[in-house]
Parts: sequence; C-alpha cells; structure tokens
Amino acid sequence: MQRRFVSIWFRQLLADWQLIRRPELKDVPFVFAAPDHGRMIITAVSPIASSFGVETGMRAADAKAICPGLEVLDDKPGRPKNLLKGLGEWCVRYSPVVAIDEFGMDGLMLDVSGCTHLWGGERGYLKEIVSRLKSKGYTVRLAIADTPGSAWAVSHYGRVTPLIPTGGQVDALLDLVPDALRLREPVLGKLRKLGFYQIKSFIGMPRSVLRRRFGEDFLLRLAQAIGTENEVLVPLQVPVAFSERLACLEPIKTRNGIETAIHKLLENLCNRLQAEGKGLRTGVLTCYRIDGKVVKVNIGTSGATHHISHLFKLFQLKIDQIRPALGIELFVLDAPKVDEVAVPQEEMWTSTPGLDDKSVIRLLDRVAGKVGFQVIHRYLPATRYWPERSVQRTVSVTEKAVTTWRVTQPRPTELLKTPVPIEVMAIIPDHPPKFFIYKGMRHTVTKADGPERIEREWWLDQGEHRDYYQVEDEQGGRYWLFRSGHYGGEQKYKWFIHGFFA
Amino acid sequence: MDAKRELFQKLQQDILLWQGFKPLAAGKAERIGLGEIEDSFPGSVFPKKAIHEFITVQPEQSAASDGFIAGLLAVLMENGAACVWASTSRRLFPASLSLFNVAPERIIFMDVKTEKDVLWITEEALKCEGLAAVVAEVSNLSLIESRRLQLAVESSGVTGFILRKDGNKTASTVATARWRISPLPSHTEEGMPGLGFPRWQVELLKVRNGKPGSFILEWAGEKFKEVKKAKTPNIWSEAEGRQIG
Repeated sequence: MQRRFVSIWFRQLLADWQLIRRPELKDVPFVFAAPDHGRMIITAVSPIASSFGVETGMRAADAKAICPGLEVLDDKPGRPKNLLKGLGEWCVRYSPVVAIDEFGMDGLMLDVSGCTHLWGGERGYLKEIVSRLKSKGYTVRLAIADTPGSAWAVSHYGRVTPLIPTGGQVDALLDLVPDALRLREPVLGKLRKLGFYQIKSFIGMPRSVLRRRFGEDFLLRLAQAIGTENEVLVPLQVPVAFSERLACLEPIKTRNGIETAIHKLLENLCNRLQAEGKGLRTGVLTCYRIDGKVVKVNIGTSGATHHISHLFKLFQLKIDQIRPALGIELFVLDAPKVDEVAVPQEEMWTSTPGLDDKSVIRLLDRVAGKVGFQVIHRYLPATRYWPERSVQRTVSVTEKAVTTWRVTQPRPTELLKTPVPIEVMAIIPDHPPKFFIYKGMRHTVTKADGPERIEREWWLDQGEHRDYYQVEDEQGGRYWLFRSGHYGGEQKYKWFIHGFFA
Repeated sequence: MDAKRELFQKLQQDILLWQGFKPLAAGKAERIGLGEIEDSFPGSVFPKKAIHEFITVQPEQSAASDGFIAGLLAVLMENGAACVWASTSRRLFPASLSLFNVAPERIIFMDVKTEKDVLWITEEALKCEGLAAVVAEVSNLSLIESRRLQLAVESSGVTGFILRKDGNKTASTVATARWRISPLPSHTEEGMPGLGFPRWQVELLKVRNGKPGSFILEWAGEKFKEVKKAKTPNIWSEAEGRQIG
C-alpha cells in the first residue's frame, strides 16, 4: 500500500493556547519569554505582537520598546511538548500513528496510510482536521505527501497546494527554500552563502560533493524528503495488536449488560488469539461512559491463555468495580501483553494432576484477581538450620526445590512466629525442664528428647545459640522448647516455647 | 415384608450416593489407612467427597489435627496432586509435613486477611477438580457457609478439611464428619529415653449415617497404626472451657 503522511504545523501553538485559556488577551499583544543568561528572551509571539515586528529570539526589553503595552508572559520549558502530546492524543481519531514533530517542536506527524477514505478522500480529510482544529482555536497548516519530510516541507513553506499527489514530492520540493528540508542553522548559512536559495539548485548535484560540503545529516534529510530513505515515526500511543471494541446503541447500565459485553469481546479476542497461537497475559477493559468518564479494570493471568470462560470469570470478579453511572457507550478490550500459548498434547487417558494442572492454574488466577497475587505462596526447603529460615517462601508455582526436605530431626507441626518466653525449672547444665509455665498453665514434663543445638547464623545476626528440647507433658501435649544461651554466661539465659508437635 | 426391606435398602443406598458416599466397589476397597476408624463411615469407606470438620480449641489440639490431616493428605496427594491451605493466622510449619510423607512444596498456601476471603478461597478451591484436598482454618462456620462448601464438594470431589477454632459443638453444620483430635502421652519401650511416635485420641463426634466413636491412633513413622479403642473420656475436653490467649 502507498504510504501517506500528514504534517500538521501549529503556526502559533503557544499563542493560540493562551488565547483559548484567556480570551481577554485577544486584543492585547503578548509574548512568552524565558530567562537566558540573565535576560528575558522571547520564545513565542502572538499575532498582534508580530505585526509590530516582534520576533522570537528578541530580548523582552527591546520588544517592549517596539511595541508599547506588550504583555510578557513566563514560558515554562517543555510546555510545547506537553501541548503537542495532548493534541496528538486527540488526533488519534484521525490515524492510529501520531508522532510529535521533534524538529520544530511545533507540529504533529500522522501516518495516514489507508485512513483518508473514511473522510471521503484526502481533500475532505485535510479539511476536516483544519476546521476541527480551527473551531478549537488553533491555526494550522497541513500538507499530505508520500514522505513525512516532504509533507513537513510543504506544510511549512508550500504555496501552491497542500495535496502532493503520489510520487509528486520531488516536483513539489523543487521551488522551496532549503529551510524546508529541516536543516539546522550552520548548514543553512552555508547554503545561503553559496547562493542556493531553492532546493532545485542543488538537488541534482552529486552526493559526494554535497556530503563533503554539508555533511551526512544534510543528505539524510534530503533523502527523507524525497523518499529514498525511510523515516520512522515514533507513535505517541503504541497501538495494541490485540484489541476489540464494542459500541452500544443504548448505554449499558446493568450487570447483565456488562457481562454480555465482556463475553462478546472475549469471544472475538480469543478467536483471534487462538488463530495466531497466542494467549493473553494481561487484559484491560476500558469502559467509556456517556458522561465522559473512563473506567478501567485490569486482569492478569499466570500463564498465557485464550480460554474464554476462564478469562470471563476473571473479569466477573472485577465487575463490581465498574460504576456505569448513566451508562456505558463503548467497551474496549485490550490485551497489552500476550505470549505464545503452550498447546499441550491432548492426553488420551488421564492427565497427571499436580501444580501445573490447568484447573489449578485457573484457580490461582481467580484468587490473584480477587485477593491479590501476594497471598499465594509455597514453601521450598532452604539449606539452613535456623528454624525460621529453614523454609524459603516462593510465589512461583513452577519453581523447583534445590535441596530436599530434612527428615532426620523432629520439627513441630505448628511453629510460633516468634518464640514466647516461658518459666521453667530445669537441672543444669544439660537437662530438659522438669516443668514449665506457659500462659499461666503449668506443664509437668514426663518425657523429653534433646538437646539439639542450633547455632545462630552469625553472619546475619548477633545473639545466642539455641538448645532445643522436644518435651511431652502429663496430658500428652508435645512442645518444642529451647534455651537461648549457655548457663552462667555473661548473658542471661532464657527459656522459650517455639512450637507444638502433633 | 422382604420386598419392603429391599426397597428401604435401595432407597438408603441412593440417599448415600446423593450425599457423596461412594459405595464400596466390589474387590476394590479404597482404604485410606485409618484401620478400624473407616468402619465408622457408611459402607466402611472414608468419604473423600466430603467436608471434614475438626474442632481445635487448644493449640495442642490444632497441632495434633495438623498432624492427622497431614497423614491423610499423604494418601490423598499420592498421585502428585496439589493441595490448598487457606488461613488468616496460619501456624503450620511446612517443614514438618515431610515427616508425614507429604511434599510441602505441593501445598499452595493462601494467607489472607479476612475470614470472608478464606471461605471464598475455600469454596473456589473446592470446585477445582485438579486439587486433592483443601484445608481451611476458620474460627467460625455457619450452617449456610458449610452448606455452600458441601455443594462445591459434591460437584468436584475434592476433600475439604475445615479446622474450626471455636468449641461451639452445638453449631450445626452440614459437614459429613466432625472430628476432635487430642494428643495423648506417647508410648516408649520400657526404660528407653525420649518420646515415642505421636499418639492421638481421635474422636469422631459426628458422622452422617455412620457410627461415632473414639479411637487411639498413632502415626508410626510411615502410616497410621491403631492402638485400641478408647475407653477413657477425653482429658482435653475438660480444659476446653478455659479461655485461651
């Protein structure tokens, strides 16, 4: 397909914007100025001020002398870019690929290949953009051509027609000044000095000559304008590859309606995903309400999937968060992140259950959608003896253990998060307690095992070692007690309860 | 007369089937290793497609219940299936499960903030056929909540274990079985030091269509070993009225 580009040049971007914000400035000459080396230098000029001869780059004090009653407004760096970003996002209605003109920072570039027929041809397309922007208060110049470079040139310097027919960009460029090639000042000065006032006077010269005199960048700009070099536009909004829209005749207000809409969108999306062997990882449902508000809900899956009913269940959990207010007129379902879906071989007999079982993965997705990913975890054995650190938490369901679980030493089925101090009576030095008091209850120890000494990991924290005893009281309750530290050391030893055995 | 009895038996069988009890398939007895306790259940089969409720008032009882459930999980998870453990205040130490032949890495823990979330997760998990079992720790379970869980179980066949922390025995739930596991002094050979195998008093307080009973059970390292039928009343039940914590 023949590619076509539109360049939109906002002739007085900042001045127009200021006039929209403050209509009372309509009859007042004003300029924007920014400090530079201790002086105020003019960065943008309003139409009235420019009729007095005020130009950008002037000192504000000089301009005030030329133009009495000039209002000098403060300029903020980066303001044109923010304005263009907003305008560019608005222009997405005309083409999905909208880029900011980085050279002049006062225009937009649109890749309109295959878009113009929707507005009845290129003429109608340009007319629509101009009149819409004009009704908002922006004066613009547009041009459409085969390359972004020539569109830019014609929009800024063209005098004949903004519609450059396919293949006609060289002819259109011939009569223009060299400035139309998006060149910087030193090169332009050289060109003027050599008497090149029009592009046609040097366009036919050998490349090697031009490169020697004006540099590589000059040749690149020329080639981009003619179309021998490709120019890539960086779109403001990267179009999502997998996206579905559903516009509603009547605004949707009910849960049933939203469910139906989601189901329809998912059906279309999943069919496309399936056809390409892809699966959804994240999904965003954007609901445009008739009062202009936008409601978004997100879902995520732990593995790529295009299973309609599963994805629908994930969205179902989020429907409560959608406030339809007066009604939703447009649903857009995007899949910003998709992955190759692993197609498992159909198993003839029974599938082996486990952590990677499909139904389990779906359950985890649902829980993650409702409660959050962080609540789901597993424990793997760690190569450490300190009880609190002997298990390693993992949030992944696929991570494999690097070591095996130790079964040689007894470990309690219930472990207290922090050991609780207890009072004991024990024979020194090495005997288990005779009895201990925990939560006001006195437990007389009848059987005991130990001690099992576990040293503190001194490279992580300071403190005493622990001597663990497994004890059983008269009733049969089994406990895990430990003494922290040696008897009679400088540090006071203490007894703690740390867990309950089965 | 005979025809009538046959009709009754047939109806009883049907009701059991609807309630999730599988009839004992001829020649293929699915034992879970609980020995004589299994005979308390209708058809002498441990109901896997059911909700089992455990009363754990004291921390010692809850530790014993964890051990008992771990012993059951060892059989239920034999085929490599996973298990979900939902709780708000979990104290289970995963490393200890390997002592009961359960692979702790195949248990998916979900520690959430509210009891409501625990119940929601439990219901969702019970509907998931890929799991072997679901363990939930709650402080209270109402009739309606238990009914929902039972309905979820009936459609999927996942075994549900509910650890109830309140001792309210009058609270009616539709659980198939209500257990109370209390630790008992372990038995060691004469003159040997240390502790023996964990020994419990297993009380089946309620079995639907079965015979409640009290048993003494031991985890003999690899499997359950029944010691004898308990005659003595539970010493732990007296302490239950005591406020904990």
